[in-house]
Amino acid sequence: MPSIVKPVATHPSLQRNDLGLTIRDYEGTMSTLCAGCGHDSITAALTRALWEVATPPHMIAKLSGIGCSSKTPAYFVNGAHGLNSAHGRMPPIATGANAANRELVCIGISGDGDSLSIGLGHMCHAIRRNVRMIYVIENNGVYGLTKGQFSASADVGSKSKRGEPNRMAPIDSVMLGLSIGATFIARSFSGDKDQLVPILKAAVSHRGFALIDVISPCVTFNDHEGSTKSYLYTRQHELKATETDFVPPASEILAQIGQNGAVNVTMHDGSMVRFKGVPPHYDPTDRGKVMDYLEEHNGKGEVVTGLLYLDESVPDLHEMNKTPGFALTKVPYQKLCPGSAALDRLQEDFR
Amino acid sequence: MRDRVNDFALKLANVNGTGSASANGLLMQAIFRMGIPVSGKNLFPSNIQGLPTWYEIRVNKNGYTARSLDYDLMVAMNSQTYARDIQEVREGGYLLFDSSWPLDPELLRDDVHFLGVPFAQLCNDNFRDPRERILMKNIAYAGTLVAALQVDMEIVTALLEEKYAGKKKLSESNTRALRLGYDYARDHFGPLPFHLEKMDANSDKILIDGNTAIALGCVYAGATVAAWYPITPSTSAMDAFKVFCEKFRKDPETGQNNYIIIQAEDELAAIGMVIGAAWNGARAFTSTAGPGISLMNELLGFAYYAEIPAVIIDVERVGPSTGMPTRTQQGDVLECAYASHGDTKHILLFPSNPAECFEFAPVAFDLAERFQTPVFLMSDLDIGMNDWVVPRLRWNDGYQPDRGCVLSLEEIEKLSKFQRYMADSESQIAPRTLPGVHPKGSFFTRGSGHNKFGGYTEIPDEYQEVMDRLLRKHKAAAKFVPTPIIQRRPGSSFGIVTIGGCDPAVREALDLLAERGVVGDFMRIRGFPFDAAVESFLAEHDINFVIEQNRDAQLRSLLTLETNVPKDRLRSVLVYGGFPLSARHVIDGVLNVLAPESELAAAGQKVSK
Repeated sequence: MPSIVKPVATHPSLQRNDLGLTIRDYEGTMSTLCAGCGHDSITAALTRALWEVATPPHMIAKLSGIGCSSKTPAYFVNGAHGLNSAHGRMPPIATGANAANRELVCIGISGDGDSLSIGLGHMCHAIRRNVRMIYVIENNGVYGLTKGQFSASADVGSKSKRGEPNRMAPIDSVMLGLSIGATFIARSFSGDKDQLVPILKAAVSHRGFALIDVISPCVTFNDHEGSTKSYLYTRQHELKATETDFVPPASEILAQIGQNGAVNVTMHDGSMVRFKGVPPHYDPTDRGKVMDYLEEHNGKGEVVTGLLYLDESVPDLHEMNKTPGFALTKVPYQKLCPGSAALDRLQEDFR
Repeated sequence: MRDRVNDFALKLANVNGTGSASANGLLMQAIFRMGIPVSGKNLFPSNIQGLPTWYEIRVNKNGYTARSLDYDLMVAMNSQTYARDIQEVREGGYLLFDSSWPLDPELLRDDVHFLGVPFAQLCNDNFRDPRERILMKNIAYAGTLVAALQVDMEIVTALLEEKYAGKKKLSESNTRALRLGYDYARDHFGPLPFHLEKMDANSDKILIDGNTAIALGCVYAGATVAAWYPITPSTSAMDAFKVFCEKFRKDPETGQNNYIIIQAEDELAAIGMVIGAAWNGARAFTSTAGPGISLMNELLGFAYYAEIPAVIIDVERVGPSTGMPTRTQQGDVLECAYASHGDTKHILLFPSNPAECFEFAPVAFDLAERFQTPVFLMSDLDIGMNDWVVPRLRWNDGYQPDRGCVLSLEEIEKLSKFQRYMADSESQIAPRTLPGVHPKGSFFTRGSGHNKFGGYTEIPDEYQEVMDRLLRKHKAAAKFVPTPIIQRRPGSSFGIVTIGGCDPAVREALDLLAERGVVGDFMRIRGFPFDAAVESFLAEHDINFVIEQNRDAQLRSLLTLETNVPKDRLRSVLVYGGFPLSARHVIDGVLNVLAPESELAAAGQKVSK
């Protein structure tokens, strides 16, 4: 994963966030992905979102598996610790990281090969545990680094670069997530930063696992005619089901909420996600309705995007395990070791 | 057979799932409380109900409590295995059976005394509930043994009272069943030529299994994150960790848990969680067995190469593949020493009993954090799941965990630039930083090729530089693993080398061999990479017997690979059928090489009868 260091040049006119940091402070090294790769747009959206919510860079942990997508944690927030693990194994490592230090904003970047094939089980179980993390699937329907094999998200009939059609049913992370209890489910398009940034900001505030599947066309191996993951196909078939605003706690009063029958969801940290526009009868907090809607529109070949489902009522991994509200690593050793007197007493049972 | 006090072995043949385990455990515990050296070995099937299971109890006033193969008394409660069980009784020995039904005359032996007690009939006459009738047969035979072996009745009664405190009905049934067997034996049998008498060998001892002890060690070591996937025979380690955490780790003020246990979806995930937690500075561990290690191989290589601590408890069982999950072996030595693809070497610790399981757990965490690498605690089913009599566990309240070289906020602030793999040339250890401390400490942890600055590389020299340091770092750990236990005898002519739970059988064998003029020195290796003393011990002897429980002589292989000792100086004695080692195995193996054929025949007779 070669990386090129970007020159640091900060123009005085650059805006500063609440921490006094400019967006340059949330950038990483130069991307080495192909020119025009959808992943780079997602990196840009992440950079923007993290800068806007003003998370201190060192309080971010970026993790990934293997694949083109998994290279990208190097390309944002240099001041954050990163971990590029093994193929498909990012969810358990992120789970362990979150278990030890819940104070970090944990961001997992994965791809459709990483998450829907080799690491499918891990992703599902991280969802079930409701590990508090942002989980981005940079979904292009293809194995890029190994040059163009179909992935598990390839649609039936979608054609490879050589013209071969895929015949197996795809695994749709959104439908999968809905069926196994995911509490935050979004689909977006790498070409739509306006939609993606508020979703990412909402994900930072989410109480548990935020699953964000982003269609991210592979310009080299899957952007041709006949592919259902190309820029053109996605643009032509995208159906924006929901439009959302993320309203941080402090600016709550200023926001216009509750208009036009829109749905507002108060997040665990007091911020708010405002669904500005949703289709009639669509309720992003009602799993059954969301599933019905997706079934209907997926059947028409449409790519439904937006923050599709949100449930803030489910406890996360730490709440389920009744751990302290701060990092377990901060508990002093003196509190962890019961000491010799307790050992002596305990051993009366071993006789 | 001369009358023997506190020196005999019995074997109990049962059907699993019928409640025999509690009767057998009761007897073993009662003997322990009588102050007599004792061991209990549970030889059980991979099954919940209906298959043959055995329990062996050996008492020995001299403290030899390795598995005995000479059964003075067989308690044959499983008609499926009568034929085999009767054959296993030593000449002149006794067999206790349920005489509610006649024994097949074909099975009878002239040289064995048959003691019949109509257990089924007694229980049918005295208990109504069909399940109770089956369960109480166990306590009834325990009663017979209490009478026949002269187990202290007061102690047995006290144990039953402790066990069934608050459960009046159960307590009453058990006491009645115990009496049934006891009275029958008293009325029908004369004294046996072996029996128990109280001693005072156990006043500073406890009865504990290795999985419980290792879990307790992890609590004392300060482990906060545990991730695991259920697997025999390690499951009870995590069960025990949970019990101890509930007892010791619930914050008295807030009620919050100062620990987290995650049951993972598989072992790949379990080790991943450990690595993720350790990357953040938590003491994290997993417990597993060989099949789990196989799955963990991928990320073990990641942790090794990216230099992240991890503690892996491997409670070894019989392989390969599923193998025999409820039988013991030391078959994971090589797998763990070199786990994962590419060039990897790991630190291994070999506890020999539950006391060392407890002692080595904090050592494993200290080494993992000091050397920023996976450390394996190599237990096995025999150590992990059987109750052992060991010295009372001690804890030094002055212990401070060795967290290794982790840069503090102040230290990071002083740096001009943090470079992850720049190591101290003496220790070979590179300071690390933890997430969440300071942006200047941030870096990109990767399993891909990296240089000493932590950057990605595909340049040969840069790659090799890091790999060579990792090798030096591993070698440097030799001075920090527990030193071998060495016992030399004057006039010795050979060495015996072993690991782990072979310890008691090997020591006993060496004593018995010495009595016959075959004198050898003893070394039990307790860690890998090998301490310098290991190599010098091997060099001292022209013949070193390497005693271990696997087919392929894995410890011997590791010794030939990692020391300069010529291969022909290392002779293997291998016992790997799945049951714990006995002194007789060792003696036969040694004499097979050292004694001429004629002597061997005589020796074999002397030893085994």
